[in-house]
Amino acid sequence: MLTSAQAGMTGAPARGSALPTEALRMPRRRQLAGLLIAVVLLVVAVTASLVVGSRDIPLGTVLDALLRPDLSLTDHTVVLDLRVPRTAIGLLAGLALGLAGALMQGITRNPLADPGLLGVNAGASLFVVAGIAWFGVSSALGYVWFAFAGAFVAAVIVYVIGSLGREGATPVKLALAGTALTASLTSLITIVLLGDSAAFDKYRFWSAGSLVARDLGSALQLAPFVGVGVLLCVLAGRMLNALALGDDLARGLGQNLVAARIVCAVAVVLLCGSATALAGPIVFVGLAVPHIARRFTGPDYRWILLYSAVLGPVLLLTADVLGRVIAPPGEIEAGLVVAFLGAPMLIALVRRVKLAGL
Amino acid sequence: MSAGRGASVRTGPRTGAAHLTPGTDAAAPLVLARAVRHRRERRVALVLAVLVLIVAAVSLMVGAYNLSVPDLLRTLVGQGTTSENFIVFKLRLPRLTLAILVGVAFAVSGALFQTVLRNPLASPDIIGVTGGASAAAVFGMLVLGLGSVATSFMAFGGALVVACAIYLLAWRGGVAGYRFVLIGVGVAFMVQGLLGYLLSRADLRNAQDALTWLVGSVSGARWPEIVVLAAFLAVLLPGVAVLAGRMRMLQLGDDSASALGVRAERSRLALLVVAVALAALATAFVGPLAFVAFVAAPIARRLVATGSLALVPAALIGVLITTVADFTAQHLLPGSLDLPAGIITGAIGAPYLLWLLATQNRIGKGA
Repeated sequence: MLTSAQAGMTGAPARGSALPTEALRMPRRRQLAGLLIAVVLLVVAVTASLVVGSRDIPLGTVLDALLRPDLSLTDHTVVLDLRVPRTAIGLLAGLALGLAGALMQGITRNPLADPGLLGVNAGASLFVVAGIAWFGVSSALGYVWFAFAGAFVAAVIVYVIGSLGREGATPVKLALAGTALTASLTSLITIVLLGDSAAFDKYRFWSAGSLVARDLGSALQLAPFVGVGVLLCVLAGRMLNALALGDDLARGLGQNLVAARIVCAVAVVLLCGSATALAGPIVFVGLAVPHIARRFTGPDYRWILLYSAVLGPVLLLTADVLGRVIAPPGEIEAGLVVAFLGAPMLIALVRRVKLAGL
Repeated sequence: MSAGRGASVRTGPRTGAAHLTPGTDAAAPLVLARAVRHRRERRVALVLAVLVLIVAAVSLMVGAYNLSVPDLLRTLVGQGTTSENFIVFKLRLPRLTLAILVGVAFAVSGALFQTVLRNPLASPDIIGVTGGASAAAVFGMLVLGLGSVATSFMAFGGALVVACAIYLLAWRGGVAGYRFVLIGVGVAFMVQGLLGYLLSRADLRNAQDALTWLVGSVSGARWPEIVVLAAFLAVLLPGVAVLAGRMRMLQLGDDSASALGVRAERSRLALLVVAVALAALATAFVGPLAFVAFVAAPIARRLVATGSLALVPAALIGVLITTVADFTAQHLLPGSLDLPAGIITGAIGAPYLLWLLATQNRIGKGA
């Protein structure tokens, strides 16, 4: 999946024609070096996710378990039954959230866009909760359709509401619309949960944003959805570069704005819905990752998306590994760790003197 | 904190929400305009007060045991039978009184936040102040195993801590509206994460109790607690009345306010302190009753429609919302569950909020 994204983004023809500001472009060497670092970090994060835990398993044993599985050994079962699914879910959800964040920031030109902050995850959550409580859904594949529907509804509501008015969708307005929507949806979620203790019991674990709520089968079932989202991102890169110039210029360059927004919106819904169905509503991964990426890539969205695809899993897996070691003997869910890492980042962004648009 | 720097304070978009803008009739017939405004505000307040009385009477009469109007009056003046006395004074009146008091507290708190921060979305719900109270209270309930009184203290403390954190983080030579709100949003997400963690670690039954508390309910009302709440309000509300004058000046903008001798930043701080105290207090007693703080003031301002602060009508709207919500949750919903009032306020809050966002943005002054 990563390689297809990479190929599409770096090898796109007509490079440069739609770049926002040619002068701001980072040197190619810096972009590639940063990407190399990001990939190395990803390898480290994946390794740590397989090695670290309440039972520290040496790397050699982990490799053994992967290459020559022997199910009579406890270490091997732990790796295969617990660590591998968890890591796979972290990879998928992180990838999806990172890309979704980058897409949302691009399409709304809003530095504060994030699937969690803009209420998209809350929409997915509400529909998933309704699915659990009213339709008895319990499989990931069942969750995901509800999650898609909820993500779609929430995304449309926030975008429409945020962009009403003369100056369009300003960053602050969108973020507030998202928060307000999240508050309402949370209240509706609670209404469903109060009457249904079984649903509440499922929800409370899932909603903390955990990578252990699902098994490998679920990850494999949802992987195709994420895959389609990734493919759409390959298309979206150039479109977002055009959109970054403003609607008029983009149109002048021959960009079909409606088509661009639809492609991005479909990708966002697929990615957010899959991530939410897999790991619960996780906030801030989509916010932080593109901002980190931009430091190395400059404003070219093809690069930002590529970086986000790598850094999203890095952040989520790192948070998950941290959560395993911070508070022994228990664990803290990845979503919670990310919230505590991400909120300071949001605050730092907001505290900047000028809340620059994208 | 540094006062008198109003001119250099960065306030983000200077345009307050439309209904916050003082009337354009500011110049010549000022006194006359003010008289008209006051008359209109008084009339709205009177109508609202009558409505509150009706709702109060109905909620005292209706229930598993229905009382007639003469029965109710007889009981209220001390001539009731033992069972009537029990129903009215032990069951229904405390619940009603608590609903009224927290309605006032939430509504005034929301009105202060929204006016001081010049943002219709800046209510204690959205920026994490009641969330902080919730997290602290749930921590007390689930981890420390505290009783209801100690839980209230935890809630109060949690709201204060979160509010201080937001204020300090948002401070940058002044507290600008959007920055305060967005930092509150960030803090609210952290608090939400903490709440999720606490709920997932607890025994299911305890977690459900906590969830019920998190919706906000006035059902556990007892007289001693009500007296404490009333005493606090008796101190805080006159404070609001004193500060309201300064708030009107602040609405003119920091520059005009300082020209009129109001220290902008210091007044803002004082108003925020009172607003936080009110929200924290109400949350401590009934839980974070969703959206009351958020919706009461805008509705009141729309009813009065003179551009005034309309604090009294806002408080009455708050009372109406809490009492009607509690009545609806108790009697009008199908099923035999004793539902918390917050379930109703939460449900009506959502569409209202979307409508507010949509209409505010149409005139281009959303936030």
